[in-house]
Parts: sequence; C-alpha cells; structure tokens
Amino acid sequence: MLTKRIIPCLDIKDGRTVKGVNFENIRDAGDPVELGALYAAQGADELVFLDITATNERRKTLSELVNKIAHHINIPFTVGGGIASVEDVRVLLQNGADKISVNTSAFKNPGLIKELALEFGSQCVVLAIDTKKEIDGNWYVYLNGGRIKTDRLCFDWAKEAVELGAGEILLTSMNNDGTKQGFALDITRQLSMNLPVPVIASGGAGTMEHFADVFEQSGADAALAASIFHFKEIGIPELKTFLAQKGIAIRL
Amino acid sequence: MKLVIIKYNAGNIQSVLYALERIGATAVVTDDIGEIAAADKVIFPGVGEASTAMAYLKERNLDRVITGLQQPVLGICLGMQLMCRFSEENHTSCLGIFDEDVKAFTASAASTIKIPQIGWNNIFDLKTPLFKGVNENSYCYFVHGYYAALGAHTIAATEYGIKYSSALHRDNFYGTQFHPEKSAGVGEQILKNFIEL
Repeated sequence: MLTKRIIPCLDIKDGRTVKGVNFENIRDAGDPVELGALYAAQGADELVFLDITATNERRKTLSELVNKIAHHINIPFTVGGGIASVEDVRVLLQNGADKISVNTSAFKNPGLIKELALEFGSQCVVLAIDTKKEIDGNWYVYLNGGRIKTDRLCFDWAKEAVELGAGEILLTSMNNDGTKQGFALDITRQLSMNLPVPVIASGGAGTMEHFADVFEQSGADAALAASIFHFKEIGIPELKTFLAQKGIAIRL
Repeated sequence: MKLVIIKYNAGNIQSVLYALERIGATAVVTDDIGEIAAADKVIFPGVGEASTAMAYLKERNLDRVITGLQQPVLGICLGMQLMCRFSEENHTSCLGIFDEDVKAFTASAASTIKIPQIGWNNIFDLKTPLFKGVNENSYCYFVHGYYAALGAHTIAATEYGIKYSSALHRDNFYGTQFHPEKSAGVGEQILKNFIEL
C-alpha cells in the first residue's frame, strides 16, 4: 500500500539550515547535508530544501549544495526558493534534485508551471502555496514568503495550477506555522479531497497526534515539518512507529 | 568490471550515478554504442515521457543496441517501461523485450487513487537474485502514472488501485518500476545485487 510520507523541511540560508517562527526570527539549525543524511537514515520519506538566500551568488551556491545533497542522500528530495525559469529548474535537476517547488514566480506567471511540466514532467513540479485564513473565513494566497497578500483564494489557485501541470501541492498555513498547535485541517482537507494530485500539509506540527490528525482527518498524502525535527522535539523513528500503531500506512 | 549508464534525453541519470558511487561502484554515462556494447553491465534509467524517449533512442540506433545486449541490463522506471512491448503513453511502440504492456493508471469509483503515484509502496512476490536479501513487502520509492501489467516476466508486484509489475525479468534483462537509486537501503541492496549478477 502507498504510505503516508513524513518530510522534514530544511530552510537554507547562505548554505546553512535555519528555522524561523511565523516566517520571522531566524535561528541556525546546522549543516543541511549532514542533517538531511541523518533524517534519511532515521526513516524520513523525502526531504525538502527551501533556499531563502537573497544574494546574487544564490544560484551558484544552491546548485553546488544540491549536487552535494544528491551525492550523500539516498531518498528523494525537492528544492525550492526563488526558482523562476525553465533554466533554473534544468540546473537543479541536472545536479540531482528529484523535484523542484515554485511559489511566487508561478503565481505571477502561471505559464511557468505549464512550461516546466512539458519540459520535465508533472512528477517533478511541486506548487508551494503559503496561505492564510482571514477574518472573512476564506484562505488567501500570500507571496514572497508570506509578506504579500493577494486576493486569490487558495483553492482556486491550487486547482488552476494542477490543471496547468503541477504534480503535487505543498500547502503551508501561515496561521498554523510555528504555533505547534496542529496542521490546518480544513484547507488541507479541501485541497486533498478535491484535487487529483498529492497534497503535502505544512505548518503547525507540534505533537505526534497532529500528524495522525492531518492524515486521518484531512486526507493529506504527506506531512512536512521543520523545527520539531531540527530541535529534536519529535524523533522520526518514534513518530513513524506511533503512526503505524494508529493503523496509518507508514514505511517502517 | 565496467558499468555503463545509457545517456539519453531522460531525467534522473545523475541520481543513478551517485547512488552507484555510494555503494562503491563507478560507472560511465555514455551514449556511445561501442562503449555500451563492451560494458559488463548496463543500466538504462530514466524519468520522462515514452514517445519522446523512444524517438530519441531510434534516431541514434540505441533501440537496436539495447535489444541486442547479451550482458545484464537493468531498466529503471521509464527505462523499464520502454523495455516493454507497447505503452499507452502517447501510443508508443517500445523495445519489446518484455511482453507486458504499459497502461495508464485510472481512478475509478472503487479506487480513488491519485495519479501519478508518488511515494513509497511495498513490493511482494519477489523472484530472481535481483532481490537477494530483500524482504517481502519492502518499501521502494515510486513516481509514475503508467504501469506494466502482471505477466510471465513479473518478478515483483505492487498494488496501487490494481496489482501490477514493479519488476520484470527475461533472460539477461531486468527492469524495476521503482527507483532503487532513491529507495534508501533496500534500493542499495538491489543495485548491489544487480552488480553482482
């Protein structure tokens, strides 16, 4: 049976892993290659590396890092952050990334998703969405790492992106991210039940029960978390054993 | 021992090279016909689309080179699918090494599967030394929207909506639908087994 995936996310800044709370207050959390290899050995099903470096050297540093990761890690990994063209993606895939994720650039130029899907296949195109529930009760798309609000509803954008060729959705709830109060079950459920592609839930994991909730109650195909793994609040082996004991399909 | 990875217009070739390096094997990535023919073992990897890949292989005569190989050959993912007879992906005639046909996954009322299948699934009914030391129901990493049906050449099966061939074998030819190069320790064992065939 296809299993639910546990995905540690490593935010990368200038070649180091960092972790912020609510998209702010960044703290250092170690070497990404070492940390990634450790997670792979502990049973992580996939890894996501999200580059938040904002310098001119970014592209070169990232492709070198991706190459190093690809040499050392024996599970699939996705790379995201600032990807805006077919050429950006080609370099990352050639250096060994399995998938890439696009966010703001795809929102501003939805044709990019179609180009990438045609060139490299939908299986390697992940659409990342940062979304926030507003007072009106609706979930809106935010851009630039959560700094810019749009008028677009999260579900509508996700649906359009899938039609354009996105093969997977990485959904981060800004309301939940960093709170450790659990994943956003409602919007995750809306996407995973109504879209034909896998949905990765992100933002809010604080306990092992939160992972069980997002798989059982929202139908997410994968759950992503960062700080609870980086700061060793939850171990991947114990999390996976816990979920398997709950009857959730998990690779042990 | 000379290990060759066939270079063509499909993705994921570097990943196979790196995985071999991790288990201490060195390989050459090439589309040189002489070099492929002279290798002790040949790996035919790939992530991509069937008709584009077949057209590329034919253009360079690699289709006939591959079918004529006598040494152990391992097709991975699209590589395995191209070794089958026919693929529903853009109605492509393939290499015909395995008699099994490649079909599209379809969601039905009975099975509301997401397509493509992305993630870790278990392999069972394991046969041949390719799976030496690999436990029944081990998990491997899959990414695919098309599958090879079960048939006489099936040496591993997996279930996703239906049961299908997750590995095939005929004579010196082997193929895996999953990615051993991305399947952690299990995948490394399978690659080692192939090298030791």
